[in-house]
Amino acid sequence: MTERMGFFTDTSVCIGCKACEVACKEWNQLPDDGFVFEATSYDNTGQLGASTWRHVAFIEQTRTVRMKEDEGDSGVDRWLMSSDVCKHCTHAACLDVCPTGALFRTEFGTVVVQEDICNGCGYCVPACPFGVIDRREGDGRAWKCTMCYDRQRGGLEPACAKACPTDSIQFGPLDELRERAEDRLERLHADGRSEARLYGESPDDGVGGAGAFFLLLDEPEVYGLPPDPVVTTRDLPSMWRWAGAAALSVAGAVAVAFAGGFAGFRDGGRR
Amino acid sequence: MVPEAEFRSYYGRPVIKAPIWHEPHMPTYLYLGGLSGVSSMMAVVAGFTGHHRLARTTRVAAALGAAAGAGLLAAELGRPERFLNMLRVFKPTSPMSVGSWILAAQGGLSAVAASSELTGSLPVVGDAAVLATGVTGPLTATYTAVLVADTAVPAWHEAYRELPFLFAGSALASAGALGMLATPRAEAGPARAVAVLGAAMETVSGVVMERRLGQAAEPYRQGRAGRLMRSARALTAGGGLLAAVAGRSRTVTALSGLALTAGALCTRFGILAAGRASAADPKYTVVPQRQRLDGERPA
Ligand code: SF4
Ligand code: SF4
Repeated sequence: MTERMGFFTDTSVCIGCKACEVACKEWNQLPDDGFVFEATSYDNTGQLGASTWRHVAFIEQTRTVRMKEDEGDSGVDRWLMSSDVCKHCTHAACLDVCPTGALFRTEFGTVVVQEDICNGCGYCVPACPFGVIDRREGDGRAWKCTMCYDRQRGGLEPACAKACPTDSIQFGPLDELRERAEDRLERLHADGRSEARLYGESPDDGVGGAGAFFLLLDEPEVYGLPPDPVVTTRDLPSMWRWAGAAALSVAGAVAVAFAGGFAGFRDGGRR
Repeated sequence: MVPEAEFRSYYGRPVIKAPIWHEPHMPTYLYLGGLSGVSSMMAVVAGFTGHHRLARTTRVAAALGAAAGAGLLAAELGRPERFLNMLRVFKPTSPMSVGSWILAAQGGLSAVAASSELTGSLPVVGDAAVLATGVTGPLTATYTAVLVADTAVPAWHEAYRELPFLFAGSALASAGALGMLATPRAEAGPARAVAVLGAAMETVSGVVMERRLGQAAEPYRQGRAGRLMRSARALTAGGGLLAAVAGRSRTVTALSGLALTAGALCTRFGILAAGRASAADPKYTVVPQRQRLDGERPA
């Protein structure tokens, strides 16, 4: 494997232009999502899905801040914008549960579906703790962000990062991005923006750290992100143990039933 | 009653994607897999204990259940023509991969066992095959609980301890019910006993599960899933009680077998509906995770 590559999405400089959404659709030739008016601020995209691999969330907030020492409190609107994407988890549930091997880990440390192998079983869809991957209606296969695998192999950065006019989406070696994010966080905290926090950067979190992580200005759930995601397969050994016990109890129950342990059932059969 | 939890979300939208598996395919497969698996186990023991009629019924039920179940699974795929990609790899991290191999073994072995039984040819091969289904059968009946629990769906994942027993109980009840319906009543005693034990196991594990889950149990109690789960419980408990007293009565046996079968189907449809409901409401995803973080016990 070459260096692990990633995205650092710094939402504090996102301006909600959706250039990333458009660039992604264009480069990856994704079908449109239909024309819908969601009435959720400027977000008419809704959520990540089979044909939506970048999704810009818009959150309008009213909070009370003190503008100047001598003035009272005044309501100030805050607009949060954030471009969401597949997290390319270190421990990726979608990849773990895929029965066909269609999902695989690339040489860049990213998680990609091989469209010629996926049989559309749909298992990856409810497995992802972030609700990223989905099956495309009509096509029948699962689709999600590839971190522009084709572009990366050609030495190019992903289309969304390329198109982002404010560098809210930064692409690069993950280690480097993590350092850059720490610096940025310190800077924001020094500026008094104590609400700034990193999301998905820690290798100790429930998915082993995300290959695509974020700097957020509020709690993750406000952006539609799970606050403490866990890869479901973490509990798999335990799940199999309970299922094994249940399988044994099936055998046991049948044996007991036939052993005629129940007087009322011992009515015949033996020839 | 669990107090209504305060939580924040993005316009109330779900955090995770709901399972896209279809009705009736997926829940009917769960039922048929359970039926096939336990029928095999019954065929093994019936063979040893000399219950010849019951051995025959259960061998046939096991083969038909597995074959029909596999058909439903294929129809469920987005690309059914790529069904065999399921056996392209063996992935221990994927319960669906492990399950595909289990089902392939169960389907093949039970088909051999049933054809040998029906044609009378190669009895030794048939007996060996049925013996092997003593392993694949119970696994076929229970792996599906791991399959659904190994997702981010709160009502499923949180229930990973009880679901295998709920599925096992439901499978016992299903196979017991079919056994008592399709075997002469004088020889169906053990099938009735299997049905009673299954109904008891299903009922008890369902109750324990809902107790332990707390908030994550709500989806099993509300809306369509709640109606299905309540019907399942009534039908299963009722059917189980009837099976216990059915003896050789034709009417009571029929009533009991039908009630148990309907109950098992309601359970399977209810499980899918509850899983979907728990995925659709961000509450079930956000609240426990937030509590974990606030309690400073992050994952
Ligand atoms: S965010 Fe979801 S789809 Fe992306 S790698 Fe992680 S589990 Fe897979
Ligand atoms: S839908 Fe495709 S990518 Fe997803 S788990 Fe199934 S085979 Fe793998």
